[in-house]
Amino acid sequence: MDDTRFNTPGEQRKIDSIAADILRNVRINRSFILWMGFLATLLALCLFAYVIQLRQGLGVTGLRDYTSWGMYIANFVFFVATSLVGMLISSVLGLIGYQWVKPIARIAEIIAIAFAAVAGLVIISDMGRPDRLPYVFMYGRVQSPILWDVTVVTTYFVLSLLLWFFPLIPDLAIAKSRLEGRPAFLVKAYEILSFRWEHHEMQYRIMKQAIRILLILIIPTAFAIHTVTSWLFAVTPRTGWDSTIFGPYFISGAFVSGTAAVIIAMYFFRRSYRLEKYLTDETFEKIGRVLVLVSIVYFYFNLNEFLVPGYKLKTGDAIHLRELFTGHYAPLFWGIQLLGLIIPVTLLLFKRIRRPLPMLVISLLVLIGAWFKRFIIVVPPQAHPNLPIQNVPVEWVIYKPTLIETAVTVASIVLVLIIITILSKLFPVIPIWEMAEEEPGKDINHENSKNPGL
Amino acid sequence: MSKENHEEEKGKADLDKVIDNSRRDFIRKVTLAGAVTVTGGAAIYSGHRFEKAKHREGMVRVLTEDNRLVEIPVEQMRDFKPDLKMLQSRGREGISGRRWVMVIDLSKCRNARKCVEACQSAHHLRPYEYHINTLVMQESVNTPAYYMPKPCQHCDNPPCVSVCPVDATYKRQDGIVLIDNERCIGCRFCMAACPYSARMFHWQEPQQAEADTDQEYNVELNVPQKKGTISKCLFSADRLREGMLPYCVSACPNGVFYFGDENEDAVTNGTTKETVRLSELLEKSGAYRLMPELGTKPRVYYLPPKNRLFEFEEGEKREYKEDKA
Repeated sequence: MDDTRFNTPGEQRKIDSIAADILRNVRINRSFILWMGFLATLLALCLFAYVIQLRQGLGVTGLRDYTSWGMYIANFVFFVATSLVGMLISSVLGLIGYQWVKPIARIAEIIAIAFAAVAGLVIISDMGRPDRLPYVFMYGRVQSPILWDVTVVTTYFVLSLLLWFFPLIPDLAIAKSRLEGRPAFLVKAYEILSFRWEHHEMQYRIMKQAIRILLILIIPTAFAIHTVTSWLFAVTPRTGWDSTIFGPYFISGAFVSGTAAVIIAMYFFRRSYRLEKYLTDETFEKIGRVLVLVSIVYFYFNLNEFLVPGYKLKTGDAIHLRELFTGHYAPLFWGIQLLGLIIPVTLLLFKRIRRPLPMLVISLLVLIGAWFKRFIIVVPPQAHPNLPIQNVPVEWVIYKPTLIETAVTVASIVLVLIIITILSKLFPVIPIWEMAEEEPGKDINHENSKNPGL
Repeated sequence: MSKENHEEEKGKADLDKVIDNSRRDFIRKVTLAGAVTVTGGAAIYSGHRFEKAKHREGMVRVLTEDNRLVEIPVEQMRDFKPDLKMLQSRGREGISGRRWVMVIDLSKCRNARKCVEACQSAHHLRPYEYHINTLVMQESVNTPAYYMPKPCQHCDNPPCVSVCPVDATYKRQDGIVLIDNERCIGCRFCMAACPYSARMFHWQEPQQAEADTDQEYNVELNVPQKKGTISKCLFSADRLREGMLPYCVSACPNGVFYFGDENEDAVTNGTTKETVRLSELLEKSGAYRLMPELGTKPRVYYLPPKNRLFEFEEGEKREYKEDKA
């Protein structure tokens, strides 16, 4: 059986040790139950808010005729943005050939799956008539960017799911015989989902080919999802949205929030699953550099987006920018730009900072900043329409999110955490076979550290 | 000729005369009798025809939609109420051959807000829910303030229609942009796209929702209004179908609104009922459209607020309070 992998005693020993490390966490233990119980309770509480909204209508939100897109849409944009990191890590960095992304590729895919899936749900919470969702498919008009969005987000979700699942099959086969003491349903699921994988060279060849095709296909899809999301705004003649660079501006911002999300996930997986051997300081150092790079690109697009209209100060732009720079939204705007982008990235330039704990703090700041940045993109351009807001109740003039819509938004974040927890806790979070594939004695992180690039 | 002969001839002629006279008389009488007979016959015949042509017992004649005169039994007559299907299909099609257009003369508006009230009562809206709103406008500190009624502009290149994902809002052949409540999913993309803030959303149960539940939905009136969907100015498409001017146009006490058909090049003032040539009105008053730079091509024209009939007075600030459910 020459063409079957992991046959020699040496290989067996290696896979045993890696599998032991990684499968140690694949279990339903007390902390998992507690954490999931907490998330489920929170979700139930927040979903109650959605029930109220369903009954009484969107009037329970702070949205009104002038600012009619608010927190829900901002949250949607944030989710789509963050999901893009799957493509960045697996496809862009993976296809270039960086070996250090191997242990974090699956984490990136989990983030992509969770955020893309919930993005689809989040948009339903913004609908005035969610019962008419099927109309989008029954009467869909291809001219509307919403149709493009529905199409590409679904495609991206499916591709991400496949990109997570294909490399998981050999791991499930490795793991199924090593699951003593786990619940029977889990063992059964591994049995079914591993599709009688036999570690045959041919199988690996076909799988790798399939993954390669997916990795290439997902690049245009990922670009499409966020470009189309930006077009939801850019196709309207509204000041503040009417921008030709919205596509790349959104994409570059997406890489920032996605990378930050991956770093946060890495930190918690490393700590609670004790994966220091695989998610090394070196890996953190490298992904820290990625965050610096994408943030600088994003900063560049910010400069274009605000400086150019700020130089000309056309009537509408002047009002919009005054609101952002010195007006009602100024604290939020400068807070985001400074605490969420400029200061963290400047700090990350120092190697001493590119260590797990400081990077966690920075990534949290960046991620929170990214969320509020979407809010700043979505809300203020609606507050100053071309014609004055008159003869309406005062609460219609300035948008204030209500407790109910905040709760519904929290529900979506909780849902993301639930999906991430399930996918990372019930399945190996680090690809076992890919770790074992490395030549013995060779530290994959070390191999590339000579490379001054990434 | 001899004299005797002559006498004889004369006597004969006299006799002839008598005979002739009686013949003439006879002919006259016969002719008269004939004429009487013919006339009588004709009269009897036409009377017969008339009798034949009279409504048959229990039948009634009606003109069908395709212009045929047909007869149906009276007991089969039903009052016709257009059903939803018909309302929807004619509401989508529009009124053929028309290109509706509105002209708003800003020099006459004194913010009476009668247009707003008439509109809100026709469409069952709350006092702060607008299909048409009158705004105080002032371009810059050095230019005068004026009142501007603002309905939907019924653009020929409508940004709202382009972005609608389900064809709920659409442009008809007569130029009107409508919103179909039965189709709208409430995504509010059209609101985001509209540069004139012409659209409103039902954030809560519409004001007369309960009273309107039994009413068939008329897309040309947008009543009953529905929670979770968009509503907007319809150029009173229901009134146009009946050959009447829109609610706001008829309600204005100050002659602000002209409404008509671009194809006929004629618009009628809602207050004075005077009909004028559209092209002349636009030409002589220096008409303009809102935000031409956006390329939306509105069907609403404005006449600038010059030589105003009323001084601009900033009236009392109206306070609006939201209805709490």
